[in-house]
Amino acid sequence: MTSSMMLLILLGMPLCSAVVLAFVGDRKFAPEINILGSAATFAAGLGLALEVYMQGPMLAGGKFFFVDAFNVYLSVLTAFVSMTTAIFSRRYMRREREHGRVGHVGMRFYHAMFQLFIFAMLLCLLTNNVGVLWIAMELATLSTVLLVSLYRTPTAIEAAWKYFILCGVGIAQALFGTVLLYFAAEKVRGEGGEALLWTNLSRVSGSLEPTVLSLAFVFLMVGYGTKVGLVPLHNWLPDAHSEGPTPISAVLSGLLLNIALYALVRCKVLVDGSTRTHHAGYIMMGFGLLSIIVAAFSLLRQKDIKRMFSYSSIEHMGIATFAFGLGGPIATFGALLHMLVHSLAKSAIFFTVGHASQMHWSQDMSRIRGLFKGNPLVGWGLMFGVMAIVGMPPFGIFTSEFLILTATMKDAPYLTPFLLLGLGVAFAALFRKVQPMVAGDVPSYQKPMKVAHLPVLLHLILVLMLGLYMPDFLNVWFHTAVELLK
Amino acid sequence: MNLHMASQINSFLAALVLLTAFGMLVQKRIYGLIHLFAWQGFFLSLNTAVVGFVANKHHLYISSVLTLSLKVVVLPYILHVLINRLRIRKEVETVVNIPMTMMIGIALVIFSYHLTAPIRELSTLITRSTLAVALATVMLGLLMMITRRHAVTQIIGFLALENGLFFAATSATYGMPLVVELGVALDVLIAAFIFGIFFFHIHTTFDSLDVEQMAKLKESD
Repeated sequence: MTSSMMLLILLGMPLCSAVVLAFVGDRKFAPEINILGSAATFAAGLGLALEVYMQGPMLAGGKFFFVDAFNVYLSVLTAFVSMTTAIFSRRYMRREREHGRVGHVGMRFYHAMFQLFIFAMLLCLLTNNVGVLWIAMELATLSTVLLVSLYRTPTAIEAAWKYFILCGVGIAQALFGTVLLYFAAEKVRGEGGEALLWTNLSRVSGSLEPTVLSLAFVFLMVGYGTKVGLVPLHNWLPDAHSEGPTPISAVLSGLLLNIALYALVRCKVLVDGSTRTHHAGYIMMGFGLLSIIVAAFSLLRQKDIKRMFSYSSIEHMGIATFAFGLGGPIATFGALLHMLVHSLAKSAIFFTVGHASQMHWSQDMSRIRGLFKGNPLVGWGLMFGVMAIVGMPPFGIFTSEFLILTATMKDAPYLTPFLLLGLGVAFAALFRKVQPMVAGDVPSYQKPMKVAHLPVLLHLILVLMLGLYMPDFLNVWFHTAVELLK
Repeated sequence: MNLHMASQINSFLAALVLLTAFGMLVQKRIYGLIHLFAWQGFFLSLNTAVVGFVANKHHLYISSVLTLSLKVVVLPYILHVLINRLRIRKEVETVVNIPMTMMIGIALVIFSYHLTAPIRELSTLITRSTLAVALATVMLGLLMMITRRHAVTQIIGFLALENGLFFAATSATYGMPLVVELGVALDVLIAAFIFGIFFFHIHTTFDSLDVEQMAKLKESD
């Protein structure tokens, strides 16, 4: 099978599943279709990755799509996490439905939009056109807005409205940045769609007008930075991630933030090539560091479990943004790894959190108790997930954070204390909150339930593995990507 | 049509776009706002066609027709239908401190001119002087979203902001590539359906479209 065929399946599968599920999404077998569709997408992603591993980067569809070391691993990650989320959502959504929180139309809508969301994210990753990248990013927002308000509670509607308005406005700034980028590109490349192709732009980035590109970067930073959830543009994030159904929280935290950061980094490469200064990097470092500190201290004050972990996502995205801003081979390698392991660990945490809050029918942390005894998988899954996320060895996040810290000490030693402060506070806050939830006796209101074992275990094992041993293909990709982003 | 005249027409239409943007900033009646928004779209579409004619860029005609159908016909129509259905036609919104808002608006226009000055110098297009107006339209849309408390007015502010972006694309580069223009239009259309659904949800849940009531989610101490 040719690689462009593989690409077609990878993008077509979620789209077809979305159409099918829009009609049958409320049937008994709908979750299975959802899982099958995502599994086929994942298989296509693996095939594509194998192809890229054997033959190197490729262009397809008349230069419209491209796959290189940077986006190939993110595509596989996106397809993988959406598959495990589909598995998790089967039990989770069935229980929500039994409880009357979603109806027939809601289920159809949920399944169709879930698949459309995956399509939008994959399109974001695989497109070569910077304009289409923006369109796909907006589509990813639009497809999840009504999922956040799926339960129609006043708080859910408020969260979704905030998400819609703030992300809409934020991402509009990115479109202005893209217009400026096209303005600069047109002078060098001539008119037409070719001028917005990333592969073309990166080749000529040295001759793009630096004043225009540095102005463009400010808009792109604010625009895509809103989607990454960087402080002070993060207001929508904790609300949107805590009020929607948990499978959606898992993909929003685990995948969408990564995609937005990917878009930002792609643009940064062009800006760096043009300006030949480190200004874009400094801006990213500033936003990143502020996000780490603010999010870490916000963690201390949380009462809602999903809200707390969304602040933790802001913190980790801050770390990755900071590292990309810092630049250099070690920090960039660390950031690439961090995006991968954070995504796996955070979605695993959201899976266990979803089950835990269903067992108590509450997201209030003071009501969730005795998880170890109540359901060992949920309890230990949450415990190990949190251990991974705070950066305990031997989990993969320890490796990535260690790399980033080392690079910081070398290149910007005066910033190390701030970074350590953020990591330390987050560590303390998360452990203090999680300990009482998992230990102790089972409260009377806790209801036992069947949980989805596979997604949690799979994710945590992968995070652990990545901390102990880096597979060869990943190593090669990361090193190539580091060269690419230099 | 010679170049000088074309650039005059272009500037005149840009001035009208900016005028409608300021008009929206002070308009209290929702009905009047929708009309102003439609007029803005109309000037924008006319401007795109003129630029397309002068610069001999045929894909701009498509953008122009797209703008005309989407921003002048479809979106105002959807808003009308929603407002009639939700019976909020008569609702008059209290806008806080109009003179102050206007002053901020003027400051934003000056800021836009300042920000786009380097680009104006680099550009050779006849439309280069209108880029500042485009950015100002974006900023005024943003200002409108901040100062208004009604869900419908916030959405109109958002759409006006989008108008500004489209205008920016026409003035900076004679329009983005067609595939991008079409994609953006599709996104706006999807957004229109989403806010339509939203208005009903907000209306049934909160009994009004005043977004001030949505203030439950914040950090508690």
